[in-house]
Parts: sequence; C-alpha cells; structure tokens
Amino acid sequence: MVSTKVKLCSLELDNPVIPASGTFGFGYEFAELYDINILGSISLKGTTAQPRFGNPTPRIAECPAGMINSVGLQNPGIDAVISQELPKLAECFSKPAIANISGFSVEEYVECCSKADKAEQIGILEVNVSCPNVHNGGMSFGTSPEAAAEITRAVKAVTTKPVFIKLTPNVTDIVSIAKACEEAGADGLSLINTMLGMRINLKTKKPVIANKMGGFSGSAIFPVALRMVYQVYEAVKIPIIGMGGVSSAQDVIEMMLAGATAVQIGAQNLVDPYACKNIIESLPGVMQEYSINNLEDIIGGAH
Amino acid sequence: MRELKELLTVVSNEKIAVNTYKMVLSGCTKEITVPGQFINIALDGFYLRRPISVCDWDENTVTIIYKAVGNGTELMATLKAGAQLDTLMGLGNGFDTSKSGNAPLLIGGGAGVPPMYALAKKLISEGKKPVVILGFNTESEVFFAEEFKALGIETYVSTADGSVGTKGFVTDVIAKLEGYTYFYTCGPEPMLKAIYNATEASGQLSFEERMGCGFGACMGCSCKTKYGNKRICKDGPVLEKEEIIW
Repeated sequence: MVSTKVKLCSLELDNPVIPASGTFGFGYEFAELYDINILGSISLKGTTAQPRFGNPTPRIAECPAGMINSVGLQNPGIDAVISQELPKLAECFSKPAIANISGFSVEEYVECCSKADKAEQIGILEVNVSCPNVHNGGMSFGTSPEAAAEITRAVKAVTTKPVFIKLTPNVTDIVSIAKACEEAGADGLSLINTMLGMRINLKTKKPVIANKMGGFSGSAIFPVALRMVYQVYEAVKIPIIGMGGVSSAQDVIEMMLAGATAVQIGAQNLVDPYACKNIIESLPGVMQEYSINNLEDIIGGAH
Repeated sequence: MRELKELLTVVSNEKIAVNTYKMVLSGCTKEITVPGQFINIALDGFYLRRPISVCDWDENTVTIIYKAVGNGTELMATLKAGAQLDTLMGLGNGFDTSKSGNAPLLIGGGAGVPPMYALAKKLISEGKKPVVILGFNTESEVFFAEEFKALGIETYVSTADGSVGTKGFVTDVIAKLEGYTYFYTCGPEPMLKAIYNATEASGQLSFEERMGCGFGACMGCSCKTKYGNKRICKDGPVLEKEEIIW
C-alpha cells in the first residue's frame, strides 16, 4: 500500500494534486462530473477586491502542445466570493481550499487577503504577483524582488494562514525573487504562472488575442516549470507548489523530484475535465512502477 | 454525476457542400438533451478541442456538420469510418422550445444551419409549425435544404449572389414573412445582429466564440449581457434577444 499523503505547511493533503487557479472556477461545477473531495485541495479562481469582467474576447489562442489565455482575472470580487461562491463550494467540498488573490496595489492585496484569511474554508492564501494579463498589476509586483517582498510583508502582517506567493516565469532570475519572498516571511511559493506569449492570425495578419498577448500554458511549458522549481528548491527552505504543464501522474512525480511538495494541474483541466481525477487514480500505480512507497519521501529527490 | 466524456466512432464522413462535411458518430448520447447544444472533439496533434454544434441525434448516434476552415477541421475531414474521437458531449444550454409559440421562425446562416435541424424536429414533435430560412453565400455552399423540406416544413433559401432562392440575405426573406410568433437563429454575428434589428418578435440567438475548455471552467468565452456576465460555452451558446448587449 503506497502513501500519497503530503504535508503542506499546516495542511495534511490526501494527495499532492490540486487544480490550478483559473482552470477550475470555484470548484463546485466540477462536482457535477466527479466527487471533488478526492482532490488534495483546490486553488480557486483568482480574486480581486472589486468584481472584474476581464479582457475583451478573443481571449484564447491554441498553440502546439499548449494554449494562450488572456482572461484578465474575471471574477465576482472578494465579497461575492466569500458570500456566494464559498457556500456553494462547501456543499460539495469538505477540505480546506486555496484562495488565489490578485490586486493592483499593496492596499488591495492586503484588503483581499485579510478577508480571505477569515474565511473558514480557506486553508492557504496564494498571492498572485504574476498575472500577465492585467495592466499595472499582477505581474509587475512579481518581476522585482523588492516589490514581491513588499507585498509578502504587507499580506503576512494581516493574515494568520500560510501565505504562498505565486511567481511568474517572465523574469531574468526567479531565484532572487523567490528568496526575497522567503526573507519577507512567505510560508511557501507557487510556481510557475503562465509564460507571456502570442499568436498572429495569418488570415487577418493581426494578433489572435484581443489583448494581443496572453499567458502560455500547457504541456509545452512543463520543462521550463520543472527547471524553475528545481532551481528555487535549491535556494529556499519553504515548500513549493509546482505547476506548469503538468498533465499526468508521471509529471506529478517528476515535479516532486524537482522539489515540489504539492503539484497544481492547470491547462490540462481545460482539455480534459476529468484530468485531476485520472491523475489521482493513476498515481498509486505509477508510484509502484517506480518503487515509490511514500510520495513525501521523493520531494527534491532529484537534487 | 455527468459523464461528459465519450469515445465516439465515426460511422460516416462525407462532403455535402464546398468545404462542408457531414459526420455521423456512434456512441452513448445521453448527455445530449436539447437542440442547440454542441460537442467538443479532441483531435490528435491539437491541444484544444473543436466545438461543433449538434445537427441531429438519437440514442446511439450523433450527426454533426462542420466546415473545414482550419488545420483541425481539415484533419477531421480526412477521418474514415471506424476512427475514434474522444468527445465531450452535451455542452451548452441549447434552445428553449417552451417560448416558441405555434409558428416559430428558424434562421440558420452557413455553419449555423445544422442546429436548426434538430430544433425543427423537436418543434414539430411538439405540434408546432416552424418555418425555416437558410442563408448561404452561393449555390455551392448550400446544404440541407432538401432535408428540411423532407420534414414537411416551409423552407426558404437565400444566397448573397442569388444563385439559389432569394437573392440577398436572410433578412430579405424575413421582410416578406408574416405571422411568425418567435424566432431562433444561429450563424455569423453580423447575421444575428441584422436579424435582431429586422424583427419585432422575441427570440433566441446562438453565438460563437473562441473557446478554451467548452464546459465553463476557463472564462475564455465570456460576454456581457443584461442579465450579467455569461460564458458562451456553458450559460450559452443560446442567449435570449432581450438580454443581448451588442
């Protein structure tokens, strides 16, 4: 009998598999498809202080082995998430969930995180300083060690639950930003968010995406994500949630060997709504195939 | 629990007009419940699925009509009987026939014609008398006019160049018709907008948008309506006339 359990800060997860923010809504709609209590946790749709419609359409472009999205943080706002979305999730999901928070100023991150921190169902705060799809926000905080550290300190000052900072790969040196977050008090790191990309339509000769560029995700980015998790693992002591192109139980194991304590599944949920279920169900068999008895033992094993 | 995923087998795949193919697939269709829904087909070598509207279905088969307009649909056009397709079934809200009145008008434009077929059958089964208008650019693109006539309903065709039926647009046919109680339409957005402006009647319009997932998870196909933000793939593709913001 193999064990898929992992300890992520104060949370005991039945398995390390977590749907990534923005690919699973607020979870409850997937409960029509399978029992979502099999998941390790759920990273909820990125939430801001105010409701947002997001960017104009088209927001989606297909790529070889991946896709670009430019949704632009469409969400109903933190108050509606707490009063309307979380109660719907509570009807079908009994484990602690991960709130994913974005903002356009330090004050907004602070306001949103302190509200999410008080919600009983929330077990971890994932602070998104890496959204490539909104102007003057999101990613601009995640591209300098100083700004990322400032957000981390401000959020930590008003919260009690573990704070994970979600990092962007669109930087020269992700390790320096990871270390700045750790020094500022982050309890963990999530990486990577999408890579800035674009496509041009040959018929119109214009960008496919209305916002011109967007976040590239999918299996194509897995090697980049894996490399960054590997590098960051060597530089920090806090746990890492690894993500980026993970689409199979084998990928989950590879990501954990690189240094991830838990693993998020993103774009794969969009091509297969049963992706997380299939990965969780196949994980024990794949572990046995590679003589892994306890998943927790392999974290960082490739170093 | 819904089991959206179904491995369908191609029964037939034939060209029925310029760049236009009719594919019959066999498999469990219990997730398809309403005309106007779509299925989302995974293709080897392509990351995202192809959303295609349901033209007709019974217990064991589903018929789709699609245009080969890109690399994905061009690959679909080469599939032979026996090929298997990983498909998500019964997506989207579909058309609500309870509001149709006795004599609804059905208007399909180009690739928007197929969902009108299952809708016409449903309306007929409810004892209603639908009238259908099919709009195309030119004769070589026309398909399914005979199939609609075979249902025993009044069928009009318009072509932009006048090579078949009324010369002009579907709105030129609408202008000559009277007595219809409601309308249902699917087609390119300029056509939907022209119909919206061309009639006083209430109705339902089926929209297209570039989709990520097709089942409501990614927010890739959101639009604003008077009833709030909606996802074309899950809350649509059919919107009511009264809620549309152009």
